[in-house]
Amino acid sequence: MEFLPTLWFILIAVLWAGYLFLEGFDLGVGMLMKTFARNEQQRRVLLNTIGPVWDGNEVWLITAGAATFAAFPYWYASLFSALYVPLVLVLVALIFRAVAFEYRGKAHTRIARNAWDWAICLGSFTAAFGVGAMLALSTTGLPLNANGDRVGGPFAWFNMYAVLGGIGVVAFCLVQGLAFLGLKTDGEIRTRAARILARWLPVALLPLAGWAVAVVLLNHSATALAPLGLAVCALVFAWIHARKTNEGLAFIGMGIFLLAGVAAIFTAAYPNVLPSTIDAAYNLTVTNASSSPYTLKLMSIVAAFGLPLVLAYQGWTYWVFRKRISEAHIPEAHPVTPIV
Amino acid sequence: MVPLTIGLGLVVAVLQTAWHRTGKEEYLRMTKFWGKLFLINFIMGVATGIVQEFQFGMAWSEYSRFVGDVFGAPLAMEALLAFFVESTFLGLWIFGWDRLPRRIHLAAIWIASLASIFSAYFILVANSWMQHPVGTEMVNGRAVMTDAWAVFTNNTALVTFPHTIFGAFAVAGGFLLGISWYHLYKRRQSGIDTVDADGRVVVGESATLGRNRDKTDYTVWIKSLRIGAVVAMVAFAGVALSGHAQAQLMIQQQPMKMAAAEAACHDGTGFSLLSIGDLRSGGATTCDDVVGVFEIPGLLSFLAHDNFTTEVKGVNTLLPEYQEKYGTHLPDNPIYGERAGTEINYLPVMEVTYWGFRLMITLGGLSAVAAAVALWLTRKGTVPHSKWISRLALFGMLAPFGANSAGWIFTEMGRQPFVVAPNPSFEGIDQVFMFTAAAVSPGVSAGEMLFSLIVLTLIYAVLLVVEVVLLTRYVRGGTGSAMPELHDHPDDGQTDTDVLSFAY
Ligand code: HDD
Ligand code: HEM
Ligand code: HEM
Repeated sequence: MEFLPTLWFILIAVLWAGYLFLEGFDLGVGMLMKTFARNEQQRRVLLNTIGPVWDGNEVWLITAGAATFAAFPYWYASLFSALYVPLVLVLVALIFRAVAFEYRGKAHTRIARNAWDWAICLGSFTAAFGVGAMLALSTTGLPLNANGDRVGGPFAWFNMYAVLGGIGVVAFCLVQGLAFLGLKTDGEIRTRAARILARWLPVALLPLAGWAVAVVLLNHSATALAPLGLAVCALVFAWIHARKTNEGLAFIGMGIFLLAGVAAIFTAAYPNVLPSTIDAAYNLTVTNASSSPYTLKLMSIVAAFGLPLVLAYQGWTYWVFRKRISEAHIPEAHPVTPIV
Repeated sequence: MVPLTIGLGLVVAVLQTAWHRTGKEEYLRMTKFWGKLFLINFIMGVATGIVQEFQFGMAWSEYSRFVGDVFGAPLAMEALLAFFVESTFLGLWIFGWDRLPRRIHLAAIWIASLASIFSAYFILVANSWMQHPVGTEMVNGRAVMTDAWAVFTNNTALVTFPHTIFGAFAVAGGFLLGISWYHLYKRRQSGIDTVDADGRVVVGESATLGRNRDKTDYTVWIKSLRIGAVVAMVAFAGVALSGHAQAQLMIQQQPMKMAAAEAACHDGTGFSLLSIGDLRSGGATTCDDVVGVFEIPGLLSFLAHDNFTTEVKGVNTLLPEYQEKYGTHLPDNPIYGERAGTEINYLPVMEVTYWGFRLMITLGGLSAVAAAVALWLTRKGTVPHSKWISRLALFGMLAPFGANSAGWIFTEMGRQPFVVAPNPSFEGIDQVFMFTAAAVSPGVSAGEMLFSLIVLTLIYAVLLVVEVVLLTRYVRGGTGSAMPELHDHPDDGQTDTDVLSFAY
């Protein structure tokens, strides 16, 4: 086992876990814009709970992608080119979502506002599904040839694991979003979110757990059983506290579930980063897909400084915006009237 | 749009500092108004950036495998060290009005805008490496980084960085200038401001528009106009100086690009002002029929070598050199797909490089001259009451945008047929290069590429329209569009401190 590539494999797992953990709730809140919020005022509450942080959360995705490029160029190249069509859709979803956050409040007509709401809702859904599918495929395999290129046409990637991973992440984001609303809002939204969460939490986390179990079974990995067990315990813990409306503990339980689940999946997949379903000899592994030791060392030094710093100031942001928001806090809308 | 983000971000930070220092109302209004436009534009940068980050793996997988070791590092650092900072602190700034202590709120915009400049540095390091691959060795057919210091202090990056940043300021300066001009003109048109017998401004107030058209409002626009004009002129000086340095490197690193930029078939010293003839080099690999009509003798040599006599190599001299070094035909390697074994055309599309180069300089120069003229015309405190000049000022905002785009098109197209350009004569490592034909993803079908191209182009077109509509609406709303309190009815002063001061 080589130290640096393994370290970077872990770091990339950490980045993905960080992404799912943080953007999990803002994707979830985005989807809830259309399905949960009942009126304009509530939609604006939802939007403002994630307003200051969603862009910072999204950078976890960008960093995970870029770190994969730097540390495992072959993984990055094969995975992203094989999933060309779904990733284009994810990009479209992310573009619309980002723009909608900024422009929604500036819309003048109900129709336009409604269109931006749909952009946020569907954009969040598509992004969550696509990222889930991509990660599931990266851990279960794609039809790759010796050069690491996809064979079998634009949709050769489509299989049951992709769907499982997609649904897993979407469902996780939904409950994570509800839990977040329980922490960040007050009034009707808070109580309703808590009620739905208590009912649906175990169902929503099942597909993600199923994906983790599938990866562990596929790889006959014994070491991955420990984190898997932890994930199951965390799930039970979260559910118990969700039913007692201990919002904070439920949120923490779900967080541990996610981290342990991702740990189980990546541990089981190790040392493969992207298996080939055509021939195991074409598997991309931490060794044959990685960058040179020199680059990895450089990147390790940068990450050793950068990552703790990111955690520190992002944590501080959550502290600054820790106050609960309710419908009463939302200022009157301010339509812009041309003076010239 | 990205240059506007970079340039305007720092301008807003400076304006907020001025407000912090002096406490003057007009600086607060300027900060809020330009800050609002900055945000409307910023989000488009995010939307386009995400695509760029992913497209290397999606569309250029072979390229990513070849260069990932060197090229991925600056991209990852950009995300880790710059994007995180930028997005987090901008969120703090947007939502932190009245929530954060004033100093920290001010610090947030500074940190965010400096991070965007920092991110530009990283991406330009990556891009410059493609123009001038340093710090790298070939190992098993891929480029492997051996010297990070060399990559991050690549002389190409060091000159490109100021050039691009100054280019961004040119855009921001023009933006301030054009919009302020428009508002001052509207104030005159509606009779709020008038001029006395000497042509000096007499500032008035509008009876109906309240604080949105008071005397402070006048100060907002005249100061913004002057700041914009000065920024635009300084930026042009910076762009010209750094551009000169770039040209000197380019002549050593990519002589073919320089020759193509000049449509110079033969060696010479003149900078051509107009060349006619068949610039279309599409299929041709020779260059005979371009005739220089006007040339400034010696200028090209000055640009490239700091003297007026050293000859700059023309296309006809360079072609055989390139063919000798890199072969006349693409190797019979499957990574070239259908193009394997075909003849290589070392000549970039000259129409594009020639006119791209000229357009960049001309548009940039025009906007600098326009800025100087604007300062002179407004020396007595306001703009002339002329519809046409006002239209020209608005239209002129496009020039620096155009210069930037032209610059990029020239740089990227001039590098063809290489993705990673070799360095024929100087420093760089000759073996490190890659043909564009080899860079694309072998597994991705043409249909998929076309699909993504169409989808993304359509989306960007639609979003561009949306952005321009929104910008226009906010510009027309004046400072009141960023500060609802300016429309306030005096008696319902909101005292409820619980209401968020900013909300989506
Ligand atoms: C000279 C400047 C410059 C250049 C050449 C590029 N960018 Fe950029 N980019 C910026 C300057 C910038 C910026 C001004 O810093 C932005 C605009 C909005 C923002 O958040 O930062 C940005 C945004 C931005 C984002 C979104 C960050 C976020 O969500 O906050 C990504 C992922 C990228 N860029 C990636 C790229 C890639 C992969 C590029 C080239 C191949 C690239 N950019 C070229
Ligand atoms: C006297 C004026 C100028 C000179 C001599 C000049 C020179 C150059 C040169 C030589 C390059 C190519 C570098 C390379 O390919 O290696 C370049 C690129 C570029 N120029 Fe200029 N330029 C001038 C004015 C401007 C202006 C006014 C702008 C914009 C406002 C601008 C924006 C750009 C941009 C965006 C690029 C591409 C990115 C880069 O390589 O920096 N330039 N310029
Ligand atoms: C109008 C603007 C632009 C045009 C027309 C353009 C054109 C191109 C073209 C034709 C390529 C194909 C490969 C090659 O260069 O040989 C390319 C690649 C590239 N361009 Fe640009 N470009 C533009 C703007 C930019 C900007 C703003 C950046 C930011 C740094 C950039 C960075 C790159 C990079 C890194 C590549 C290499 C990776 C790849 O092949 O995809 N370009 N560009």
